[in-house]
Amino acid sequence: MATKASRSAARIMMAPAVVLLLGWMLIPLSLTVIFSFKKFLPLRGDRITDRGEGFGDFMWEYVRGFPTLDWVGFENFSRFVGSSSFWPSVWTTLVIVGGVLAITVVLGILLSLLLDQPMWGQGVVRILVIAPFFVMPTVSALVWKNMFMDPVNGLFAHLWRFFGAEPVAWLSEASMGSIVMIVSWQWLPFATLILLTAIQSLDSEQLEAAEMDGAGPLQRFGHIILPHLGRAITIVILIQTIFLLSIFAEIFVTTGGAFGTRTLTYLIFQRVLESQNVGLGSAGGVYAIILANIVAIFLMRIVGKNLDA
Amino acid sequence: MARAVTTQRKTLTTALAWGVGLLIFFPILWTILTSFKTEAQAIANPPIFLNFDWTLENYAIVQERSDYMRFLWNSVILAGGSTLLGIIIAVPAAWSMAFVPSKRTKDILLWMLSTKMLPAVGVLYPIYLLFIELGLLDSRAGLVIVLMLINLPIIVWMLYTYFREIPGEILEAARMDGATLKEELLYILTPMAIPGIASTVLLNFILAWNEAFWTLNLTAVDAAPLTAFIASYSSPEGLFFAKLSAASTMAIAPILILGWFSQKQLVRGLTFGAVK
Repeated sequence: MATKASRSAARIMMAPAVVLLLGWMLIPLSLTVIFSFKKFLPLRGDRITDRGEGFGDFMWEYVRGFPTLDWVGFENFSRFVGSSSFWPSVWTTLVIVGGVLAITVVLGILLSLLLDQPMWGQGVVRILVIAPFFVMPTVSALVWKNMFMDPVNGLFAHLWRFFGAEPVAWLSEASMGSIVMIVSWQWLPFATLILLTAIQSLDSEQLEAAEMDGAGPLQRFGHIILPHLGRAITIVILIQTIFLLSIFAEIFVTTGGAFGTRTLTYLIFQRVLESQNVGLGSAGGVYAIILANIVAIFLMRIVGKNLDA
Repeated sequence: MARAVTTQRKTLTTALAWGVGLLIFFPILWTILTSFKTEAQAIANPPIFLNFDWTLENYAIVQERSDYMRFLWNSVILAGGSTLLGIIIAVPAAWSMAFVPSKRTKDILLWMLSTKMLPAVGVLYPIYLLFIELGLLDSRAGLVIVLMLINLPIIVWMLYTYFREIPGEILEAARMDGATLKEELLYILTPMAIPGIASTVLLNFILAWNEAFWTLNLTAVDAAPLTAFIASYSSPEGLFFAKLSAASTMAIAPILILGWFSQKQLVRGLTFGAVK
């Protein structure tokens, strides 16, 4: 049993991590919430302090709720939702997240089933399949954009011409499909790896018994493998959703939000840093945080249950 | 009992799996090959696969034009620094949660995880503003701290799941023999924890190396790592496929190699122990 002394030692050892994460969460979050109820246009002269520039001044204004900025109630929230770019950005986000999830989960299941079969050079194939996950987002996006999807010199253009077809300007004419394809390539390894790990934990005797009882491959898949994978699939979906909701670099370096690829994340980024309408962008940020939290609650339940086991 | 597999079937699976594997790996392979071509060969139609004059000049040009080494060094500092700092802060926390659990341990762990779910864009301006106020914009110190904080929940979680696998009986036996807390930590726990810590370091180094939201938004010149350097290729000038490939190859090669060592830890680290 832990003694009293070791308990207080434990508390002290935990303190730095807890305090840091608490600060990391509360300070920026409270700033976002405050700004979302303010008119704050730095480029039009709105200042958070009318005195010095020091950090002490900043903290003083922060504690007092930035009195130099006007409160505007829920105006930013209604204007963010009311703007003509809001619903398209929600739709774009849903299509990208949904499209990538569908592709990575379905192909991930097929790939993990394939990789689980006995074969020569299994280790090497695994490495080949996993590799895209380790490529940094800016590299994978630019490699796809230029060397594959370039309408003049890209490999796809060469391929299309070879078959006598007119090359496609992928990132402007089929922008959404192109982005979904790039992001799916990045995330397929993750889904495959997790599903493969789950498949390998399946009791092979159960499968053999089913086979002896005359169950065909499809029946074995539907009645044994798929139910066994249920939890892993849920986890893949939840974790990927959280990461996919905030993809940024892939859009930043390919279309820059043009051609209907402006996601909610990208819209907020543009409001906040490009047009510097901080109040409006912060209201968008609050929406994004709420959205992510809805997904997070489901994920935490599963992870939490696993902790008890 | 293993099922008997016919050679014919095994050959077929092997061919199929290798085909799919090479297809998925192809963009990386193509990037590496292109980095050794001239610009003219890089865009040639029909595409040239292997029968070209291999050249290293793209690597020389990339380094010469943009001081590639500086970006590389920034990446090393940011990924290494944030991982090291994270480990120093997380090891004691994970240790105490694994070996001196209390009623609140589970809540604390889940709460830490929830901070990881916070969408970065939701706090972009506050962090940007704090960086300006503290003079941290485009500084390596500021980014080391941010990258450490975004990965801290994963580090704590991974270490926690590894530490929990260390049998508690060993600690109790040591305590019975009169080991002090310091001795317990130094001679018993540390040696048993090293493999877990190493895996955690590896995965978090990779995650920090590839992080491309904060590194793009909070750096300009001085602290810009490879993610930002590669992003500068999004506005092309003239023929640049071979040079883009050379820059990309250099940016991903170290991580591909590290990544291959960390496949197993990847599952544990990114599912927070929910899939093992």
